[in-house]
Amino acid sequence: MFFNKGKNSFVAGCAAMLLVSACSVDPKIVPVLPANDIREVIPDGWPQPVYRFERNPLGEKGFILGRELFYDPLLSKDNTISCGSCHQQFVAFAHADHDVSHGILGRLGTRNAPALFNLTWHPSFMHDGGVNHIENQPLAPVENPLEMDEKIGNVINKLQASAKYRRLFNDAFGSEEVTYQRFAQAFAQFMGMLYSYNSKYDIVMRKEGTASFSDEEQRGYNLFRAKCATCHKEPLFSDFSYHNNGLPVKPSVNDSGRAHITLNPADLYKFKTPSLRNIALTKPYMHDGRFETLEQCLNHYNGGVTNPVNLDPQLQGGIPLSAQDKQDLIAFLKTLTDYKLLFDKKFADPNGQ
Amino acid sequence: MKKAILFLSVLSIAGFVSCKKDNKDPEPSNPTSPAPTPTTGNLTVQFTNMVDAQPLVFNTGYKIMGGDSFKVTKLNYYITNIRITKTDNSVYSETNSYHLVEHSNPSSTSITLPNVPNGSYKSISFTLGVDSALNVSGAQQGDLSPTKGMFWSWNSGYIMFKLEGSSPASGASSKGLLYHVGGFSGANKTQREFAFNFGATTANVNGTSTTPKVKVSTNVTELFRNPNTINFSVLHTVHMPGADAKKLADNYADMFTFDSVVN
Ligand code: HEC
Ligand code: HEC
Repeated sequence: MFFNKGKNSFVAGCAAMLLVSACSVDPKIVPVLPANDIREVIPDGWPQPVYRFERNPLGEKGFILGRELFYDPLLSKDNTISCGSCHQQFVAFAHADHDVSHGILGRLGTRNAPALFNLTWHPSFMHDGGVNHIENQPLAPVENPLEMDEKIGNVINKLQASAKYRRLFNDAFGSEEVTYQRFAQAFAQFMGMLYSYNSKYDIVMRKEGTASFSDEEQRGYNLFRAKCATCHKEPLFSDFSYHNNGLPVKPSVNDSGRAHITLNPADLYKFKTPSLRNIALTKPYMHDGRFETLEQCLNHYNGGVTNPVNLDPQLQGGIPLSAQDKQDLIAFLKTLTDYKLLFDKKFADPNGQ
Repeated sequence: MKKAILFLSVLSIAGFVSCKKDNKDPEPSNPTSPAPTPTTGNLTVQFTNMVDAQPLVFNTGYKIMGGDSFKVTKLNYYITNIRITKTDNSVYSETNSYHLVEHSNPSSTSITLPNVPNGSYKSISFTLGVDSALNVSGAQQGDLSPTKGMFWSWNSGYIMFKLEGSSPASGASSKGLLYHVGGFSGANKTQREFAFNFGATTANVNGTSTTPKVKVSTNVTELFRNPNTINFSVLHTVHMPGADAKKLADNYADMFTFDSVVN
């Protein structure tokens, strides 16, 4: 019904070519993402990403479709909330000033919306790691009753009924057919391009020009490497593993963390280590947004570590930090802000503002 | 019994090897040869959902022998990795063998395998559930699309088997029964393998328009008994992987029986 044979095979041919070239391009080490260039980037010295676009050939058209979907409230049951409502570019795709998620009809969730960047390196998603693949990530907020509360089948039907989306799917995949797999893969193309590797920290590490840390930042970095970096591991600033970092349990929620997924008592109260890139912007902090400032986070490590159940051995007794240490650490953490991610127009809502 | 296990393990090795093959379209037949007699045909596997001796009808009351009564309102399960074996022991494995059987959709209860090489087939094997690799490989399509309602969005993985209904004995305030059985790896995995010999008969594929039919019964009552007796007042809601889901999977491991072959 929606197929146009001639065009179809032409586009399929292009897709095949794209596929071939995507496979033969060696994962080039590119220092800076050229404007409007949609391609995989592996910065110098970084590990291989988990998600490589092998069966989802990257292209501008797929990216554009993914971006359109990301900013479209059509994905929610009452057409009021888009992914972009809770993941805002100016705060590195976290939710500014919201401790827990606000879904349709003002429904409140229990967890804080994380910032989104460098997602192709994530082996799992969510604070509890419940989602095991970037392509299946959008399904979770769509179907969560406290977020978008929609059935994915309805979303696919709404998209199929839209002339705009039939055109965008045709552009990206060579026919107007809207399938879950295409929907998911377009999302992965957009989300996978949200790279963050151009902070001051990165520029200093790459020894670009005359960039260097101030004394304060350098002391903070030294402290960070000594006390924080095993979990918040460079260069992604996460080990992508699960730890209890000693936050007292909120009885009203009693979020069991990783154990919610594994039902394993040894995983109780463990949460996925968040990246600290762009951390100066992504308040509030922790899985439930309980802290408003970085100072509070450091005070937690310094004197607030309690919850003994499965407490990470590195945090027994907390991490003693002097006032100077805290100031230095915060100065360092501020070097992790990547203005390129925040202001790159190609990540913005194309119909927005 | 031992034999069946041996048979099964040989088959599953064969299955693994053939799974490695990629999903190429069948070779086009040579255009220069004059209309040859087809060397392949179709074979249908037909599932009949039962409650012990009675055919399953939604919203009808049934009584478990000596136990509680219940009604069923939804029944879906994945049949995958279908393999059939000829009398000469050669094995045909369906490629992309993923089928969702939905009781609400009668056409889904008959699975037709295309391009089956001609021959006499003496046995069949299949898996209930989706193999672990496809639970971790991102977005799938067709019967594996999450639009089918058989994928957990918050805890990635397929629901291998889904039965919903009600019972006056249910411990849930709604009196509902909800059994969403899944879990794809580790001790609580819920896929189960089945293998059946056709006995004295064979299913004969001979390239003609007739399609042999292998008939299999699915007795949903087995979900509730052997080895684990399910007490509706205690276990009425299962919606994630874990020990309860495994209990139900161990029960459904004898849910299928081979009925007959119709050539
Ligand atoms: C109502 C607010 C809300 C909406 C709408 C929303 N999200 Fe989220 N998002 C969250 C919250 C809260 C979490 C963390 C949930 C958890 O850990 O249980 C999250 C987590 C994520 C993550 C995982 C990040 C990580 O580091 O593990 C990704 C990726 C993501 N969302 C993408 C999306 C996409 C794509 C959409 C649209 C389809 C979307 N979100 C819609 C609030 C929202
Ligand atoms: C044992 C591992 C571990 C160590 C060591 C550790 N962290 Fe964390 N950190 C975590 C985990 C896990 C979380 C997430 C907890 C949550 O969401 O409830 C976290 C959260 C944070 C957050 C909040 C991030 C956000 O996006 O909400 C900040 C800031 C932070 N850590 C800074 C530090 C600093 C600075 C140090 C060193 C002084 C440090 N951490 C040491 C594991 C660790």
